[in-house]
Amino acid sequence: MTLLIAMSLLLSVTIVAAAILATRSSQSLAVSILSAGLVSLLASVQFLLLAAPDVAMTEAAIGSGLTTFLFFFVLGRVRGGEHD
Amino acid sequence: MIRRLFVVLLLFGLAAVFAGLMASYSPDETLNLSARYYAEHTAQDIGAANIVTAIIVTFRGLDTLGEVTVLFLTAAIVGLVLSHGRREGRGSGRELPPAGELLTTGTRLLVPLILLLGAYVFVNGHLTPGGGFQGGAILASAILLLLLTDPLRRISHRLITAIESTAGLVFVGIGLLGIFLAGGFLDNRILPIGSLGELFSAGAIPIIYSFIGLKVGAEFSSMLAHLSETEDL
Repeated sequence: MTLLIAMSLLLSVTIVAAAILATRSSQSLAVSILSAGLVSLLASVQFLLLAAPDVAMTEAAIGSGLTTFLFFFVLGRVRGGEHD
Repeated sequence: MIRRLFVVLLLFGLAAVFAGLMASYSPDETLNLSARYYAEHTAQDIGAANIVTAIIVTFRGLDTLGEVTVLFLTAAIVGLVLSHGRREGRGSGRELPPAGELLTTGTRLLVPLILLLGAYVFVNGHLTPGGGFQGGAILASAILLLLLTDPLRRISHRLITAIESTAGLVFVGIGLLGIFLAGGFLDNRILPIGSLGELFSAGAIPIIYSFIGLKVGAEFSSMLAHLSETEDL
């Protein structure tokens, strides 16, 4: 039980750190997108620890999978527009 | 300066609210009324080993129909907005650099496995965690991988539309059958419930969830295909 709480706390701290990393404007957008995906991935582990595997699967598939790739897709499109 | 102070104050306010929530939280010793009903009646009434699926597809089936409708509307609106900048035919845009060897080979290896995993997740939705929505998203991520490898690849919109409308019609049709053959709209007992924990059990739940999975996968795929086909705006 204590181990579970310690893991949850560690995960929460990492999630907040990744979120702060994602919102910092001084770095490249690719790093921001990756850390936003990391937030979702760690959140899905958190859901798993909270005994909600269904929600964890949704979060992992949509939040950290599809959304991250979609952002990269759009980022490539927008960059392509810059050079034209 | 004032804006930053305001942001800090807002954060502290939120922290105070959450701290109050945390301090007043005490875990329940027993399940509450509706949770206990679901826990006690799912196995004998619905026959699904996964209680979450029983709630999503049967007890709260109408909500799921609403969710699927919202997703359908989203896909339709994305298609409507993006259809103006449609690129005509293959290769009329600028030349794209070829995808790397790693991505190409990885895609060839992974796409069948991802499709298989997606199908497994929604066919087994009544037994294991996951179900139509998760399985559909996994299917769509396989399509996304294909599009990443070859951005000029065209995915047949006619096929996607056919899958999506058939799945939607079957979903509503099974729901309507429930009114005539069983207790009400989206009742799963139009088919025999079978024994708990087997693949062919829980009445119509595996069929409904498989079609939801196909529908969700088709909707996400159509959004991705529209995004990929759009000329730079």
